[in-house]
Amino acid sequence: MTELTGMTIASARDALRKGEVTSAELTEACLTAIDGADALGAVVHKTPEIARERAAAADARLKAGDAPDLCGIPLGIKDLFCTEGVPAQAASRILEGFTPPYESTVTRQLREAGAVMLGKLNMDEFAMGSSNETSVYGDAVNPWRRGNDAAKLTPGGSSGGSAAAVAADLCLGATGTDTGGSIRQPAAFTGITGLKPTYGRCSRWGIIAFASSLDQAGPMAKDVRDCAIMLNAMAGHDPMDSTSAELAVPDFEAALTGDIKGKTIGIPREYRMDGMPEEIEALWAEGRKMLEDAGAKVVDISLPHTKYALPTYYVIAPAEASSNLARYDGVRYGRRAQLAQGDGVVEMYEKTRAEGFGAEVQRRVMVGTYVLSAGFYDAYYNRARKVRTLIKKDFEDAFADGVDAILTPATPSAAFGLGEMQSADPVQMYLNDVFTVTVNLAGLPGISVPAGQDRNGLPLGLQLIGRPWEEGDLLNTAYALERAAGFVSKPEKWW
Amino acid sequence: MSIDTATAARVAKLARIRVDDDALPALAEEFGAILGFIEQLQEVDVEGVEPMVSVTPMRLPRRADEVTSGGMADTILSNAPDAREGFFAVPKVVE
Repeated sequence: MTELTGMTIASARDALRKGEVTSAELTEACLTAIDGADALGAVVHKTPEIARERAAAADARLKAGDAPDLCGIPLGIKDLFCTEGVPAQAASRILEGFTPPYESTVTRQLREAGAVMLGKLNMDEFAMGSSNETSVYGDAVNPWRRGNDAAKLTPGGSSGGSAAAVAADLCLGATGTDTGGSIRQPAAFTGITGLKPTYGRCSRWGIIAFASSLDQAGPMAKDVRDCAIMLNAMAGHDPMDSTSAELAVPDFEAALTGDIKGKTIGIPREYRMDGMPEEIEALWAEGRKMLEDAGAKVVDISLPHTKYALPTYYVIAPAEASSNLARYDGVRYGRRAQLAQGDGVVEMYEKTRAEGFGAEVQRRVMVGTYVLSAGFYDAYYNRARKVRTLIKKDFEDAFADGVDAILTPATPSAAFGLGEMQSADPVQMYLNDVFTVTVNLAGLPGISVPAGQDRNGLPLGLQLIGRPWEEGDLLNTAYALERAAGFVSKPEKWW
Repeated sequence: MSIDTATAARVAKLARIRVDDDALPALAEEFGAILGFIEQLQEVDVEGVEPMVSVTPMRLPRRADEVTSGGMADTILSNAPDAREGFFAVPKVVE
């Protein structure tokens, strides 16, 4: 069983085409693994019937010789994606009972490519969080542990279920979404690879919105090649999303030559944070050396507005969230609060939203409401949008100076314990996104590649940031880094 | 930055989220911490900088003004907590 579920997408694709394995066998192996992994809290709506049906259809397609790369490949889908006839709750109580009658563009494209949906994956409520602890389904748990210590660790967030499921070999790959680091941070915490594409590369249609100018879907998989294969199917222009780019989608897998000779890699000095753990600093230095050894030219660069990225994000994201989440009012879908005699429509809204949204979502909706309210709009929201322009310009300047990609740590630490941040104020949790959030603000592609382990054996990731629309080049640099780092460790099964 | 409980109550009201009176001081304190963090933006020189409208330079596409979808009231109402006779139902709003 483990051999099947542990396959990469690329190796499974080749085995399926050669007839060495069927999609039905692969799918069954994943369903069994999922049933045995309830302790991870990764899969929150299991869809075995759909999976078996799609596997059978994929096997027929494979037999007929009409098989795209993902045909027959079992995937997990983050709960943020609407998939026809399957509950989509964004891990929130307020969407309890909501069953979308439509399919998001990204999952439709995956479905048309023959991919098999195994189920919906856990996440932070409305993708707001960095530890998967704000989910109405309960925590997702990291398959990795600190040596023999049985303390449960976070798989990161918000795509925590996706990360845990891929790392624990419950599926071959998973979809994630990334608004401030929600693909890359969990990927780093679980020793997998996660790519946030350029803003506009994947359609947002049918994905429950958090912050529309920052949200972007992307692949989470076992290696760089698998991310490229998944992105090939996920990307593309969609008239249903007016911000989706009308650009041709190149073959991202074909870009993986591993040759980065002559490429220029920037190391931004502002990412060297006070109090950064030595292990992270050492990993970053090693990554630099690996890319140099692979023939890249590594230069120090400056992204002077980095320091202001998090505060900018914590104005813009809540502002957009407060607007996007206004639709959850107990009228059209999801849960409505029990009303008392004489309650009017305003009481219905207020009670529904008070009991439907968790604490972090309420906090962000209210912060967003505040920064958009009369008298504060210019001081906070407009100012943040101006600083965002400056943050993007920092990157544009670096790229104009000839930098092809930027290397940074993916996270400021390894995975932390579930509950460990409970007493900290919300801002402490926000610091998790310090290296990733700039990328969303600038709309750039970014990828997290597992590159080492800390003293407790926990995985650590490095992030590469690329030029807009050049995911192929970015994936190739990541591929070179992956080959040099040679990260092959797997969590020991305890669940 | 300190936020008083009256401001916290006003924001909760605007956001249409019921917050009990005894929860207001803690909420005000949390707002204070977050807004204090955001306050750093005041030190950035943004003179003459355009606020970002779109992260990728693009013109919002337009399409022909014609009906492309519809005629599925039942499907749309299927997720409503309360729907009657082809309408969403809510508590009485007009006496």
